[in-house]
Amino acid sequence: MSKPLLEVEDLRVTFPTPTGPFRAVRGVSFSLGRERLGIVGESGSGKSVTGRSVLSLLPPHARVEAKRLSFDGKDLLTASPGEMRALRGSRISLVMQDPKYSLNPVMRVGEQIAEAVRDKGAGARRRAMEMLEAVRIRDPERVFNLYPHEVSGGMGQRIMIAMMLAPEPDLLIADEPTSALDVTVQMQVLAILDDLVAKRGMGLIFISHDLDLVASFCDRVLVMYGGRVMEERHARDLRQATHPYTQGLLDSLPRIDDDRAELPTLKRDPAWLKD
Amino acid sequence: MSTWRAQLLTDTPASRNQARLGQFYRGWLQFKRNKLAVLGLLIVLLLIVVAAFAPWIATHDPYAQDLARRLLPPGTQGHWLGTDEFGRDTYSRLVYGARITLMIVVLVAAIAAPIGLLVGTAAGYLGGWVDAVLMRLTDVFLAFPSLILALAFVAALGPGIENAIIAIALTAWPPYARIARAETITIRNSDYIAVARMQGARTARILWAYIMPLCVASLVVRVTLDMAGIILTAAGLGFLGLGAQPPMAEWGAMISAGRRYVLDQWWVATIPGIAIIVVSLAFNLLGDGLRDVLDPRKS
Amino acid sequence: MIQVRNLNVTFGQGAQAVRAVRDVNFSVAEGESFGLVGESGSGKSTALRVLAGLNPHWTGEAAVAGVSVGQRDARLPRLVQMVFQDPYASLHPRHTVDRALSEPLEIQGIGDVGPRVERALTDVGLGPAFRFRYPNQLSGGQRQRVAIARALMLEPKVLLLDEPTSALDVSVQAEILNLLRRLRRAHNLTMLLVSHNLAVIAHMCDRLAVMNRGAIVEEMDVATLRRQEPREAYTRQLLLASRGYDREVAANIITYD
Ligand SMILES: Nc1ncnc2c1ncn2[C@@H]1O[C@H](COP(=O)(O)OP(=O)(O)OP(=O)(O)O)[C@@H](O)[C@H]1O
Ligand SMILES: Nc1ncnc2c1ncn2[C@@H]1O[C@H](COP(=O)(O)OP(=O)(O)OP(=O)(O)O)[C@@H](O)[C@H]1O
Ligand SMILES: [Mg+2]
Ligand SMILES: [Mg+2]
Repeated sequence: MSKPLLEVEDLRVTFPTPTGPFRAVRGVSFSLGRERLGIVGESGSGKSVTGRSVLSLLPPHARVEAKRLSFDGKDLLTASPGEMRALRGSRISLVMQDPKYSLNPVMRVGEQIAEAVRDKGAGARRRAMEMLEAVRIRDPERVFNLYPHEVSGGMGQRIMIAMMLAPEPDLLIADEPTSALDVTVQMQVLAILDDLVAKRGMGLIFISHDLDLVASFCDRVLVMYGGRVMEERHARDLRQATHPYTQGLLDSLPRIDDDRAELPTLKRDPAWLKD
Repeated sequence: MSTWRAQLLTDTPASRNQARLGQFYRGWLQFKRNKLAVLGLLIVLLLIVVAAFAPWIATHDPYAQDLARRLLPPGTQGHWLGTDEFGRDTYSRLVYGARITLMIVVLVAAIAAPIGLLVGTAAGYLGGWVDAVLMRLTDVFLAFPSLILALAFVAALGPGIENAIIAIALTAWPPYARIARAETITIRNSDYIAVARMQGARTARILWAYIMPLCVASLVVRVTLDMAGIILTAAGLGFLGLGAQPPMAEWGAMISAGRRYVLDQWWVATIPGIAIIVVSLAFNLLGDGLRDVLDPRKS
Repeated sequence: MIQVRNLNVTFGQGAQAVRAVRDVNFSVAEGESFGLVGESGSGKSTALRVLAGLNPHWTGEAAVAGVSVGQRDARLPRLVQMVFQDPYASLHPRHTVDRALSEPLEIQGIGDVGPRVERALTDVGLGPAFRFRYPNQLSGGQRQRVAIARALMLEPKVLLLDEPTSALDVSVQAEILNLLRRLRRAHNLTMLLVSHNLAVIAHMCDRLAVMNRGAIVEEMDVATLRRQEPREAYTRQLLLASRGYDREVAANIITYD
């Protein structure tokens, strides 16, 4: 792991709003090798915006600045829209957060996957079918021909994953890819991602708000709040986190074997956002 | 920030109307950023002003003939844009013609858009045989080019501006029905429709209060973009002598009348032509701008 | 309060037919909270939608407070309401919070709209400041609170919850779960909660049923779940998988048919 796949230094994203500029990401830095990096944090902490800015998938009015934003030695800040599109189609993939919104509602899901396959043609359909099987969809023949509203939430999410893995990317940004999956399928999908990282050397950014899952799945974890990284830790010892924010997030999870009547909710401290 | 702006942009509006105005104002702020769309809007507003105040803006009586001063070039003898073959002031006729153009556009939109909306949402939401029947009907209308169909209608109803409007409206609704149906199909399975059904809402209420407001946005955009086509179809009918009848000052009819002199007195036909192009373009720019603001998939 | 007997739901016809729900039986007492867990596609949402009256193609018996959900009975809106999974899809984008909460009252011809709306907002911890906002001015958690308030406007006896927190982050999930527990006590609600998160079910429910491939595998009380002593291998696997990612466990997952 000599050269990192993705380097991000001091990333800042600002959205102009009618009530003044809104700083969604305020100075995030990290680098990613061929490994599993988790990003956790509460809703609105800037996880998705961080992931999307790597792919230049933010709306055009968003202002993205960074000291450095490079993928495999290539500067993404100066890349042309055409180059970015080429990268997105083949080397970097993004599994988006809302499967129902991201799938085309009037196109069969199988066709959507086939469209994502790199070499089009007769092989595309077979490959799409393989991808459906790979994400553990029972009955891929039937599901191939369904429309997005006919699949369950979890199936929709797996279809998205199949679509994004179809071009065999080097870097996968998975934005809450398993939040609608039941635990066993989630586990199997994670195993697929795990294999791709271990065997093919894919880099993975795994965005989630499930701290337990990230702690058990990833190598490293960034904990985000208010567009900043609160702390960066080895996933293994996330439970020993000292930051009160991370602690608060961990505490608010219900657990099978406890019978707390009330779950503690997060007490936010403005001091966390001081420069 | 002045207080009224703060009131409009507040995150805690105090009434439905304030909320709606706030939403409207945000839309306007976004629209405003598109300079071409603003230009389109200004031209359309100008058209409305000209139509409303035509008697004050025109310099001559648009119907007053003066055969001694026929076919004058622009800028001669107090006629800014010259005169036509009967010596009528082209500028004044253009100003009065704005009324007719606007009337055509407004009436066609007011007839065709609601028909399309109703047919499309009903077909999309109810599905089954209702959908099949309504969509085959739509297909029948769509199968003919609209000018041909309008021609057939006018031939049956008799020439005249009112019949031209009815004919254009009857040919304009099918694309709107298509759009409304497509939009309805993407939203009819959504959770908020399911909620309304659970609350006991009747189909009419669901169509009216839930589905139509979401289709209106794309229809407004489409109708605005179609305005150009409507104006041109009306002009086409006028040109063929099936729309506005002489001596009415309709832009298409004016071109038609001027075409005989197009080689020697080019301005007679060209000036109303330019007016049609400018207004069509303005509606197109406006429609583009509206699309950016109203597209429900954004925001 | 909820009675389901021999419920079957089939989608499609002929070779394409899927039996999404097969011979499902369960009943939930008044004031009880019942959980449905199971894999994706196991038919949990489908069963719930039958009870919500949103799915007309089913056979068997399904009744809420003795009223069959098959006929569009006029009493049903005031008996049973539902909260959906995706807070971004369950609010009409062009309706303000006020409109969303007034609609059920207007449809049912209930007066006193203004005060009721304000009370409902306070009840779910939002307060009147949120009354005239549009959904795009709300966060996911706030939207879900509005959806819960909306479901309670008609004071139903039964609340159906389809993964109400799976789209929310953990701290908001904790707030919503606390809210649901409080509302359940305050209104003596009967709840049917679908989730694939066993911890959420353990936290919220008295009893639960485990579903696989459209059928109920086993039914148990929450104490059994807490002790992690299920009867069926399928449920044991579910419990194992919910402890976090583990290569070994993932490799040994088997499909139960
Ligand atoms: N297009 C946009 N315009 C304006 N603000 C935006 C836009 N996209 C995101 N934001 C804001 O940026 C902030 C960070 O959003 P982001 O989507 O990254 O959150 P997140 O951490 O992914 O949360 P979640 O867990 O809910 O997905 C939010 O406050 C959001 O409102
Ligand atoms: N409208 C429909 N048309 C055809 N098949 C459907 C339809 N709705 C659901 N199904 C099928 O029924 C089965 C059960 O789906 P359901 O949504 O009930 O699953 P679920 O248990 O809620 O799963 P998840 O946890 O992923 O939401 C799936 O195989 C799905 O494809
Ligand atoms: Mg996100
Ligand atoms: Mg479901």
